[in-house]
Amino acid sequence: MSWMRLSSPLPIHHAWVDSALWRALAVQWHCEDGQLIALWGSDERPAGLGFVVHAVIICADKWHWISLRAGIDNPRFPALSDLFPAAARQERALFDLLGIACDAGDTRSWLRHDAWGPADFPLRRDFTEGPPTTSADQPYPFISVRGNGVHEIAVGPIHAGTIEPGHFRFSVVGDEILRLEERLGYTHKGVAKRLEGMPLRDGGRLAGRICADSTAAYAGAYAMAVEMVCACAVPPRALWLRALLWERERIANHLGDLGALCQDGGLAFGHTQFGLLKERWIQTHGRLFGHRYLMDMIVPGGVARDLDATAIALLDSECTTLVAATRHLQYIVDDHAGLQERFLGTGRLAEAQARALGAVGLAARASGVSCDLRVSAPTPPYDILNTQISLHHGGDVAARVAVRFEEIYESARLIRTLLAALPTGPVRADCGRPEGSLGLGAVEGWRGLILVAVTRAPDTDSHHVHIHDPSWQNWPLLEHAVLGDLVPDFPLINKSFNLAYSGHDQ
Amino acid sequence: MHKLLRQILKTGILPRHPCGQHGPRCDAEASKPTLAAELGRALAVRHVDSGSCNGCELEIQALGNAVYNLAAIGVRLVASPRHADILLVTGPVTRAMVDPLRAAHEAVPDPKRVVALGDCARGCGVYTPNYTTVGAVNRVVPVDLAIPGCPPSPETILEAFATLTRP
Ligand code: SF4
Repeated sequence: MSWMRLSSPLPIHHAWVDSALWRALAVQWHCEDGQLIALWGSDERPAGLGFVVHAVIICADKWHWISLRAGIDNPRFPALSDLFPAAARQERALFDLLGIACDAGDTRSWLRHDAWGPADFPLRRDFTEGPPTTSADQPYPFISVRGNGVHEIAVGPIHAGTIEPGHFRFSVVGDEILRLEERLGYTHKGVAKRLEGMPLRDGGRLAGRICADSTAAYAGAYAMAVEMVCACAVPPRALWLRALLWERERIANHLGDLGALCQDGGLAFGHTQFGLLKERWIQTHGRLFGHRYLMDMIVPGGVARDLDATAIALLDSECTTLVAATRHLQYIVDDHAGLQERFLGTGRLAEAQARALGAVGLAARASGVSCDLRVSAPTPPYDILNTQISLHHGGDVAARVAVRFEEIYESARLIRTLLAALPTGPVRADCGRPEGSLGLGAVEGWRGLILVAVTRAPDTDSHHVHIHDPSWQNWPLLEHAVLGDLVPDFPLINKSFNLAYSGHDQ
Repeated sequence: MHKLLRQILKTGILPRHPCGQHGPRCDAEASKPTLAAELGRALAVRHVDSGSCNGCELEIQALGNAVYNLAAIGVRLVASPRHADILLVTGPVTRAMVDPLRAAHEAVPDPKRVVALGDCARGCGVYTPNYTTVGAVNRVVPVDLAIPGCPPSPETILEAFATLTRP
């Protein structure tokens, strides 16, 4: 086996491994407290490699991308979910999409939902596209809890509020939650198959429409991966503007969620006030970047629009105003006994649990797990920004609220630093033709790490794009965080994580 | 507490959004006559996400903020389809959402209207039909009004609702 350092701003190495080594390396990294970031597969038969399974595991701040040839007929690979629980659903999805099996215990389908047959695998290159089947959805074998006084509550896929579809099955005694099982996949739209069919440089528009609240982070990670395959050097000004957009996106989401958390906690005042701050913030997006949620701003090669001096001054003063307004509201929130009573101790996820489950992003940081790509593997311009990580140890709704407040202040500081020293020059380079065979991009989105991996067969010019949302890691956290809490607290706990459905299902 | 009250006073009451009164008409495609004759001027709306990217939802949520103040034009988002006059559908209808969408549609009492919100729901977004996506909402339930945009701006959505309530 030989490691190849990929030419990326991320500290990433790639290696081809066999089954024994795949397992041995995973065991070693597991012992060294490594973290599985993503596990996926691709049909590399055009490149003569058969079916391939990939994993990206970070260990001691080194990024390892390992690829395993799983064979052509009856492809198989050794499961990793016994070491890294975050792999479990990804292994199930891998079978649904590619028919690559493993030796994991749970073999229930995860994304398929009877939209296609159990022996059809949409990500195989020879899959014939047709309309979805219309047979009735088979009942899903939820795991049931038996006992005196235990009953089940089924919620979804359509929820009471304006949110995305998913199903929650609670086992409860009275109002207390004994068990929660999630069922997702309702919004699977076949993104990977769609991206396979379009030129890499054209996929950005779609990549930015997988999960709207993280469109800048998604489009950014996608652009990074494509730029690596195309050996495109992005102008410094564009890199700085991208970071600015990611931080603005983080603030917009934190504001929206703080408002919703106040609402669920019984302080409608907070909902109105944070809603107003968010609205003004995204109106600025609309004016300066052409889209209220920043869609289509980040493109392979750079960014779509530049900022002039007036815009820079406006963005800078907006940060000052926002921080002052948010501090004022934080004082009110922290001081509000009713709200704190709802937040404190609710939906607690202990640090040990968060580590064992492989938590990422904001949820991990609220449970005392220090992980933030902007700090651990800072790509320019984060390498000189000295981002301060927000770390809290409570693991409850209150801790997730506290992390959000701190991240608003820190992101505002980053934005002002970026604006003050914005490099001059163009904001976009021609991306060029794809040449390489591996591409990887990663961005610390507001929920956590978003990863995009491109594998390409240069001879046939075919490619596969895998996009990973941090919600794959963090949805299972919710199942643990709610245990022992009351059913009426579920919306509050759920909101404090605010995980992606479409980003996860794709 | 005094800080809270001071903040409320400082924020004040925002100017009422002009949409629906004399705002510019958007190019929403109305097909049926106004609902006002049948239902009066207050509309209860039940939203169903049939597989969207969540962008259309963000704008529906934004309608509730103090700037757009959806309630001021008599439109209310409700939790159950049984309380609704209008089914507001977003997304390109994934296979897994076909049956839930039909069930929600059946649960809305007559007379009812269906509004398809966003380019995906209209069948002209990035999510074209494929092995797991059915496409436009009107392939599953009849649509009365379609609102363009990816996502449609809050002003566009308000204006479209106003066409439904306008006598
Ligand atoms: S229309 Fe645009 S914003 Fe709405 S669901 Fe489709 S892609 Fe997302």
